[in-house]
Amino acid sequence: MQLPKISVQGFNASFNGKPAVKNLDLEIFAQERLAIIGPASSGKTTFLRSLNRLNDLERGFSHSGDILRDGKNIYDPDIDVAELRRKVGMVYAVPVPLPWSIYDNLVYGLRLAGIRDRATLDNRIEVALRYAFLWDEVKDRLQEPANVLSGGQQQRLCIARVLVLEPDVLVLDEPCSGLDPISTAKIEDALVALKESHSIVLVTNNTKQAARASDRTAFLLLGDLIEVGPTSQIFTRPTQKRTNDYLVGQFG
Amino acid sequence: MKQDKIIGAILLLVALSAISGLGLITVFIFREGVPIILRLGARQFFLSTDWEPSLGKFGILSMIGGSLAVTVGAAAIGVVFSLGLAIVLTQFSPPGLSAALKPLIELLAGIPSVVYGFVGVVTLVPLIRHTLGGPGLSVLAASIVLGIMILPTITSIAIDALQAVSPTYLEGSIALGATRWQTVTMVILRAARSGIVAAVILGMGRAIGETMAVIMVAGNALEVPHSLLDPVRTLTSNIALEMGYASGAHRQALFATGVTLFVIITLLNIAALGFSRRRPARSRVG
Amino acid sequence: MRVSPAIIQRIAVVFMWALAAITFAVLVFILAYVLLHGLPHVTWSFLTQSPANMGRAGGIFPMILGTFLVSGLSVLVAAPVGVATAIYLTEYTHEGRMTAVIRFGADCLAGVPSIIFGLFGFVFFAITLRMGLSVLSGSLTLALMVLPTIIRTSEEAIRAVPDTYRQVSYGLGSTRWQMVLYVVLRSAIPGISTGIVLSLGRCISETAAVMLTAGSALRLPRSLFDSSRTLALHFYILSREGISMANAYATASVLIIAILALNLLAYWLMRKFVAKVGR
Repeated sequence: MQLPKISVQGFNASFNGKPAVKNLDLEIFAQERLAIIGPASSGKTTFLRSLNRLNDLERGFSHSGDILRDGKNIYDPDIDVAELRRKVGMVYAVPVPLPWSIYDNLVYGLRLAGIRDRATLDNRIEVALRYAFLWDEVKDRLQEPANVLSGGQQQRLCIARVLVLEPDVLVLDEPCSGLDPISTAKIEDALVALKESHSIVLVTNNTKQAARASDRTAFLLLGDLIEVGPTSQIFTRPTQKRTNDYLVGQFG
Repeated sequence: MKQDKIIGAILLLVALSAISGLGLITVFIFREGVPIILRLGARQFFLSTDWEPSLGKFGILSMIGGSLAVTVGAAAIGVVFSLGLAIVLTQFSPPGLSAALKPLIELLAGIPSVVYGFVGVVTLVPLIRHTLGGPGLSVLAASIVLGIMILPTITSIAIDALQAVSPTYLEGSIALGATRWQTVTMVILRAARSGIVAAVILGMGRAIGETMAVIMVAGNALEVPHSLLDPVRTLTSNIALEMGYASGAHRQALFATGVTLFVIITLLNIAALGFSRRRPARSRVG
Repeated sequence: MRVSPAIIQRIAVVFMWALAAITFAVLVFILAYVLLHGLPHVTWSFLTQSPANMGRAGGIFPMILGTFLVSGLSVLVAAPVGVATAIYLTEYTHEGRMTAVIRFGADCLAGVPSIIFGLFGFVFFAITLRMGLSVLSGSLTLALMVLPTIIRTSEEAIRAVPDTYRQVSYGLGSTRWQMVLYVVLRSAIPGISTGIVLSLGRCISETAAVMLTAGSALRLPRSLFDSSRTLALHFYILSREGISMANAYATASVLIIAILALNLLAYWLMRKFVAKVGR
């Protein structure tokens, strides 16, 4: 069996002493799409934001346990957090284009990383935009303000903005929650292509999306990992009653 | 990250040096002004109306009286106009009109005080002299000019206080059958009370600290005023009028006048800060 | 007979609109009065010549330059300090005792009257630090005076930048400082500039504090240690001492036009800012 890209071992996260994620063990492999489902406040987002240490910025956050990325604990003191966040690219629920041009949005992360060479920038942008199925729509208008794009385009821009940094893990926090079905389909199509070269973690409130757009599914409830397995199995033959209850309730 | 910690420390240092100005002001003003108060005795300095620098007599009672008179007068005028403006702009005006009028209030705040004083001298002072008698340069003239000058301060803080009142109060009151005006007087003003009080106190602080306009319209006579039409000298004008040529004990006495003013203002500021609601803390990353 | 609430409301509203109308009429009257009397005397030579005979004749060029130097320098000093303080308060600390102390200091400083700043600048900059009555003493005094305004307006502008922008920037691998520099300040700059422009207006208008710190020399300032009379002080002296009413009105007109221009600029910047952060 292949080595996991990310291995979460006995991970706990809490805010001001209130646990949000409890003793989580989970592995995320290369070239897979892992969906994380569960009702509100089940720790999905907290877990996701632990993978790139974005929770570190919240006051009162504390954690224990390990998250290994390629065998190296991301919470080790010698880890370059900025570099980690570039390699574990995050997409938020609501598209947040920075109030700049499309081009400036795309190159911001690269410039932060110190890459200024124009040819490299342009090349990376094109690759990322093609991955996000956005190249044809914006290639002639890169200097326009990003907020003139439609909501779906903005979210794909946010995905491309992460992809230019060539991450190996892509974490998406309900990326389609505000989008129409056509935009959602485009993003799901993009994920199919992206999984060839990325590990993808998709948090979603929409179990249908999890069923459509993931290879494995994990079910979180109140901070506990109830069950994880191949998506087809989780949705047809869940081993845990609570998983079944949740899925039935959702479909009901 | 290490770099962020260093930058944070530098920024803290800058922030502290910024407010250290307040400490410096206190120290230097007090060091220049307090000794002469101690030498003359507080009673002699604060409770005598004799101000004759050439004879070594430094009593500032008439200026304290003058400052109080014009400040109360200015507040009376300023409060009526400011509250009227604040209420009408927040409660009874179409939003577009309010948005257009607010910059004009800011413009009113931007006009130099010397211009206020000057226009007061050439228009208001003769008007008072001809219609009401007296020299024209008077408590009344100063009160009117200062009342207009503090209007932007009171209005803008009062507008903030009124806008901070939850709209549910308005809806709840209207639903009970109150008119909008009844709601304003009975519900909204009450809810915004502390902010409005703070606005008025800050406005009074502005009035008592204003210098150039008062010099020009108040007449600067060294007497405790007995009527609105009497000329007065304020604490501020006393300093500005005489600093140019004062030396020795005279200069110290002017600094002592400044100490008096500084203490009054600081007490007003602290009172206003106590009344103004605490700023809501923002939840944020970082 | 009981007056109906609707009628009381109508009377109250009419009364308040009358107050508002009076206020704006006073504003228009002041501006029009000064400009109508003064603008005819504002000629090219008035703006470019030095005064003669204590200001009875000649122009106001040294005062324009003096005002420019004193106000410009004070804002140049106050802006970086004020913006840095605002950045510290908003981005580098949590609300606590330290922020309370800094805010209290800034609030108190904001309430100190200009004549006190003048006294302080006189004894501290001019005498203790041996700068004399000079452009430098005057501008440092004014810098201290406008600092609270710059801190407060910058803080508000920075707070108005959506938190999601910060999240995105961190997510793309920025340090806090990079986030502040490239995301927060870039969005907040029009709002911060509004505060700076309004502060510049306050410096130009200020009279009492500059009178005690920058002096009232009529000649052209040749260095920062020279005394220089600002426009506002020149106007005060001309009118107060009855030297020349025509030149007083003309000087006041120049002053008013500068203030109008700065207020317009501030208004324009604010609209730009609101459009940018989308409030």
